[in-house]
Amino acid sequence: MTEHPPAVVSASKLGLTFQTNDGPVQALSNVDLTIGKGEFVSFIGPSGCGKTTLLRVIADLEKATSGAISVNGMTPEQAREKRAYGYVFQAAALFPWRTIERNVALPLEIIGLSQAEQAERIKRTLELVNLAGFEKKYPWQLSGGMQQRASIARALAFDADLLLMDEPFGALDEIVRDHLNEQLLDLWDRTNKTICFVTHSIPEAVYLSTRIVVMSPRPGRVTDIIESTLPRKRPLDIRETPEFLAIAARVRDGLRAGHSYDD
Amino acid sequence: MDPFRSKIIPVTAILAGVVVLWYVFAVILNAPFQRDVDQRGNETPGAVEFIGKTLSQPKPTLPAPHQVAVNFFENTFLRSVTSSRSLVYNAWVTLSSTLLGFAFGTALGIVIAVGIVHVATLDRSLMPWIIASQTIPILAVAPMIIVVLAAIGITGLIPKALISTYLSFFPVAVGMVKGLRSPELMHLDLMHTYNARASQTFWKLRVPASVPFLFTSMKVAVAASLVGAIVGELPTGAVAGIGAKLLAGAYYSQTIDIWSALVAGSIVAALLVMVVGIAGRLVDRAMGGRPA
Repeated sequence: MTEHPPAVVSASKLGLTFQTNDGPVQALSNVDLTIGKGEFVSFIGPSGCGKTTLLRVIADLEKATSGAISVNGMTPEQAREKRAYGYVFQAAALFPWRTIERNVALPLEIIGLSQAEQAERIKRTLELVNLAGFEKKYPWQLSGGMQQRASIARALAFDADLLLMDEPFGALDEIVRDHLNEQLLDLWDRTNKTICFVTHSIPEAVYLSTRIVVMSPRPGRVTDIIESTLPRKRPLDIRETPEFLAIAARVRDGLRAGHSYDD
Repeated sequence: MDPFRSKIIPVTAILAGVVVLWYVFAVILNAPFQRDVDQRGNETPGAVEFIGKTLSQPKPTLPAPHQVAVNFFENTFLRSVTSSRSLVYNAWVTLSSTLLGFAFGTALGIVIAVGIVHVATLDRSLMPWIIASQTIPILAVAPMIIVVLAAIGITGLIPKALISTYLSFFPVAVGMVKGLRSPELMHLDLMHTYNARASQTFWKLRVPASVPFLFTSMKVAVAASLVGAIVGELPTGAVAGIGAKLLAGAYYSQTIDIWSALVAGSIVAALLVMVVGIAGRLVDRAMGGRPA
């Protein structure tokens, strides 16, 4: 058993039931999970398995109805108030009336940083996502992939150690997605952030993660947690190696075991 | 398609059709009176002469387009702008109360919308009254506003402007409620993850998101303001303004004057809507809008 670094996210017996007009829906049930500092954890599963809900509970965008969860040793609400995490949504969700640099500045303005500090952070984070030179552009002037990179820059700008990403590349084509996956790994390697990443792509999950959490619907639950044996440095062609394919096969088995393809 | 073929030709075609129809009806509607006059004068004009006469009466039932055009031209360009018969002067009188009322109305509409969006009680209590306010015919309310305000010593521009306000706050309030509620859930969630205060969410997200809605509703509001100002001039016995011209024309059966005042009013309305539209486009451009 390897020794885990201090927990960034720790959930035990976590459950969340939505009250809908058709009666209660169990979005999460009995989730036990510990995420250590510097890990890259992917959540994978079919729609309705609660992977996004789990991420939203960590972010305090939803409240758990049972069990316990802590983020950086605090409740999710306290962690949110301390701006413990950056959140990247499925869509870039940039404000169309702000230029790229003003979009990245948004959280910095809200936190109340000085102009000089803002300028320095905007420059640094835009360089980190390879968007230097696009500061004055409006979102519509950028491609979908560039917009999503800008939204990652915005999530990185206030230097939270935890990055929560909800299918950030789901709407992009395969070529762009490969490219961004590579850049994200590189960014993770350089910044040593903890990343929670929701996806429904098996290759993406295996390529990026140090750990893969396989989830299954009705009720949303964790069916398997797979430790990746791949090295930290991963060129794109690692995806053709037997080791990679073995992990992918295990993920696929895990998804099947959860009866996720039945209906 | 080039703008000439896509816009100018169809619009001109309709205009030509309207003018032709207008002439036909001018002849039909003015004919009985002309026949009367001819009978009394024992005249038996030929068809062409008769039609010519129906189109040049001094107080026709329906003035012919060229009569209105001549009257409009004379009263707009040939008179001193300080003359009480000048359409420019009268249009200005109406315009000034329109603009004042529009400014009040827009401000009031925005304040009401902000209240409705942020206070749940107002949302439930105020909205039905706002809608009810617009079902009351303005012609019935206008004289009362004028009389009540005159009783407390307020006369002149303000009462007229308040009638414009009454008509113009409504579209702005409704449009801004929609605009301030227009941010997507994802944008609101984003602000939540930053632990943004309500005031920060308001200024950085809700207000910019509502700007397109503001200008759309202001276009409706400015036209309504003009109607309000004209209606406001009717019961006041105002001596100047497009409404006063309409009323005076009706008293003295100066039908040509009525029609040219009507044309002046339409032109002012079109200009106002256009100015608001241009302002909206400029603001949109300044806020990084994609050029259409």
